[in-house]
Amino acid sequence: MGFLFWKKKDKPEEIVAPEIEVPAEKKKLFSKPKPKVEPQPVVETIVEPEIEVLPEPEKVEVVLPKRTFAKGIKSLFTRVKFDPENLDELEDVLIQADFGVDAAEQIVAEVKARAKKTGAETETELKAILAELITENLTRDDRELNLSSGQLPYVVLVVGVNGVGKTTTIGKLAKYLSEAGSKVVIAAADTFRAAAVEQIATWADRSGATLVRPKTEGQDPASVAFEGTEVAIATQADVLIIDTAGRLQNKVDLMNELDKIRRVVEKNCVIAEVLLVIDATTGQNGMVQAKAFAEVAKVTGVALTKLDGTAKGGIVYSIQRDLGIPVKLVGVGEGIADFAFFEASEFARGLVS
Amino acid sequence: MFGNLSDRLVETFKNLRSKGKLSAADIDATLREIRRALLEADVALEVVKTFVGAIRERALGDEVNKALNPAQQVVQIVNEELVNILGGQQRKLAFAKTGPTVIMLAGLQGSGKTTLAGKLAKWLKDQGQTPVLVAADLQRPNAVNQLQVVGERAGVEVFAPELGNGKGDPVKVSKEAIKFAEKKQFSVVIVDTAGRLGIDEELMSQARDIRKAVDPDEVLFVIDSMIGQDAVNVAKAFEDGVGITGVVLTKLDGDARGGAALSVSSVTGKPIIFASTGEGLDAFEPFYPDRMASRILDMGDILTLIEQAQKQFDDVEAAKMAEKIAKNEFTLEDFLEQMQQLKKMGSMKDLLAKLPGAGQMKNQLENFDEKEIDRTEAIIRSMTPVERRQPKVLNGSRRLRIAKGSGTTVTEVNSLVNRFEQAAKMMKTVAKGGMPQMGGQMPGMPNIGGGFVGKAKKNDKKKKGSKSGNPAKRAAENLGITPTQGGSGSSFGL
Repeated sequence: MGFLFWKKKDKPEEIVAPEIEVPAEKKKLFSKPKPKVEPQPVVETIVEPEIEVLPEPEKVEVVLPKRTFAKGIKSLFTRVKFDPENLDELEDVLIQADFGVDAAEQIVAEVKARAKKTGAETETELKAILAELITENLTRDDRELNLSSGQLPYVVLVVGVNGVGKTTTIGKLAKYLSEAGSKVVIAAADTFRAAAVEQIATWADRSGATLVRPKTEGQDPASVAFEGTEVAIATQADVLIIDTAGRLQNKVDLMNELDKIRRVVEKNCVIAEVLLVIDATTGQNGMVQAKAFAEVAKVTGVALTKLDGTAKGGIVYSIQRDLGIPVKLVGVGEGIADFAFFEASEFARGLVS
Repeated sequence: MFGNLSDRLVETFKNLRSKGKLSAADIDATLREIRRALLEADVALEVVKTFVGAIRERALGDEVNKALNPAQQVVQIVNEELVNILGGQQRKLAFAKTGPTVIMLAGLQGSGKTTLAGKLAKWLKDQGQTPVLVAADLQRPNAVNQLQVVGERAGVEVFAPELGNGKGDPVKVSKEAIKFAEKKQFSVVIVDTAGRLGIDEELMSQARDIRKAVDPDEVLFVIDSMIGQDAVNVAKAFEDGVGITGVVLTKLDGDARGGAALSVSSVTGKPIIFASTGEGLDAFEPFYPDRMASRILDMGDILTLIEQAQKQFDDVEAAKMAEKIAKNEFTLEDFLEQMQQLKKMGSMKDLLAKLPGAGQMKNQLENFDEKEIDRTEAIIRSMTPVERRQPKVLNGSRRLRIAKGSGTTVTEVNSLVNRFEQAAKMMKTVAKGGMPQMGGQMPGMPNIGGGFVGKAKKNDKKKKGSKSGNPAKRAAENLGITPTQGGSGSSFGL
């Protein structure tokens, strides 16, 4: 049977659908000039403020109140006792927290080395070393959301696999930003899953954000995202959050679609943040997810969700260590306020408590 | 599915294969690799420990020493233990003796319950049942709405008296749903519940209440195959909190190694009944522990493939086709016909992924362009009946006409004709018994076997530019992706 003799596409890039043409006169509708598109918007430099771009200068920087997420972290040592005599057990504990074999081995070796150096012996001392180690490895300067470059609207693209909590995270973030005094627009670019638009609409409603809906069912998500940028610019919004459909990272076509969304959005705006939402229950596949999304979507941060369960989310340790992508947000429940900014020391303290 | 774990074990066994006899040290080294592979595949630590322990015990026992081929033995042991943990034989859905069968779905948030509800309904409907979906997830915004859309797509009635979004009592809805189903004579009731955490006592007790209210024949625990070590805790929590009768593994079309399957089966002792493999309503199949285990060992999921093929393929037609191939009467017309039958089987990518050795060609698979099939179809359809039957008559001007007619180029037409001729030649070899192993595995469908080889050879030609004039030899050169002729089988010395 010859069905298998079709050649495979050697160049998947070619499958990418053509970009949407934007009528030129439509662009002219905006009073504001098009923000400059930088080749690598992730590493944004402070752009010289173009006065006319900024509607209200005092609103440019979104000030984010502090929040803690202590309620989300469960101790590593609830089921297995921390045994100072047998540090190899620690490896098991870390593996069970989804740190992965490599990271667990590395952490244990390091704890042992430091303990030897400082002569630490007691449980408290060793736990302190462990906490210190995790904190050091997770501490980053670029932990905060990148909402201060001055180029409005700040575009936050939210990506991830199916069912990790993208929509819920967006709802919480929108509510939070709205409360902080920002004008938020949400683009419902998940046009695939049944009733996804209605779900994000409910969250938009709760958070007081403006929603840009697809005009037709199954509309090209990139075009919805583009309309989002138009609305955000026209209404002088501070933040545009783009919801995307969940996609498994091994689906090439869907990943290409994400790339297209990026490119289309960058015609009008600079993308300030690309948040990869990772479910805390995710195992080692989280690393594969992060790699794939980082490559296609240029992920700038991770939002770790569902930390209110029994899962520890240890995979973020490897994601940050190996890929250099910091955890920025944390989700700890289904309520609109169950959300916080990640803090390495808090995370580490919670784990060893 | 399990691709990476398969890859790891294959790698481990490569070293093993070269040795004539196993020493205790060999076994330990192998077991270390297996342990690591399983942990990286997210199998829960406690399950890994038990698993590795069991294998060591058996591998060190007399069994292995008596064996002619030690590698073969270890593979077999690993395979058997995997099947053992995965729940032995496949279990079918339990139906009620009288009245409607009630199936309750439970699981964490985002595990895929609502999507699964639709697939399950569609599947049951295809089997002649009359399912009704019950919207008892009144928590998540627009979950009710989503279920309604899913139900509409599946062509199944949805019982949704409450709008949800935090309002309404799921227990009451479930109770009413049973009455509704009895009155309207639905044969199966599928209750979609809200996602909940194992440690959320309030919601777990609500789930218990729903269970009490509907007295289900099956409580299916829906779990994401990407879940890590927490699978054990979650599964225990649902087993203790609600009581489950079976497991459904979702998102298996991803590249997660899916160790959760082993963890959950192992700690709950409950069988995995279904596997969900994509976003389409048809991307759903019964879970076969034995097949999954051989898949872990990179033996491919050939049995699933056959079953799917049989669903769509007429046995008589297949036999006729085989005869044609043997007599060298296989034409482009037959080919077109086959293509249409194949299209009924669903996505080509999914189909290919089930082949043995597919783990090693995952990336190529992902880049497989389904449109290619449409283009090929267009080219054949642009040919006259004579041309289809005798591709030899295709001269330059005919080829140009076909290219124009099908919106392709002459190069594409040429390449199709060339590949067809080669494939036809290859199929002939196969039909004559060139691939006895495959023939044995696929009774009544020798043409499927031929197809594999066609692909292999084609790949071979495209990628490596083999110069071998012997098609069977060319296929053999490409063993990495065609284990049919000694790929996965003989790579373990099986």
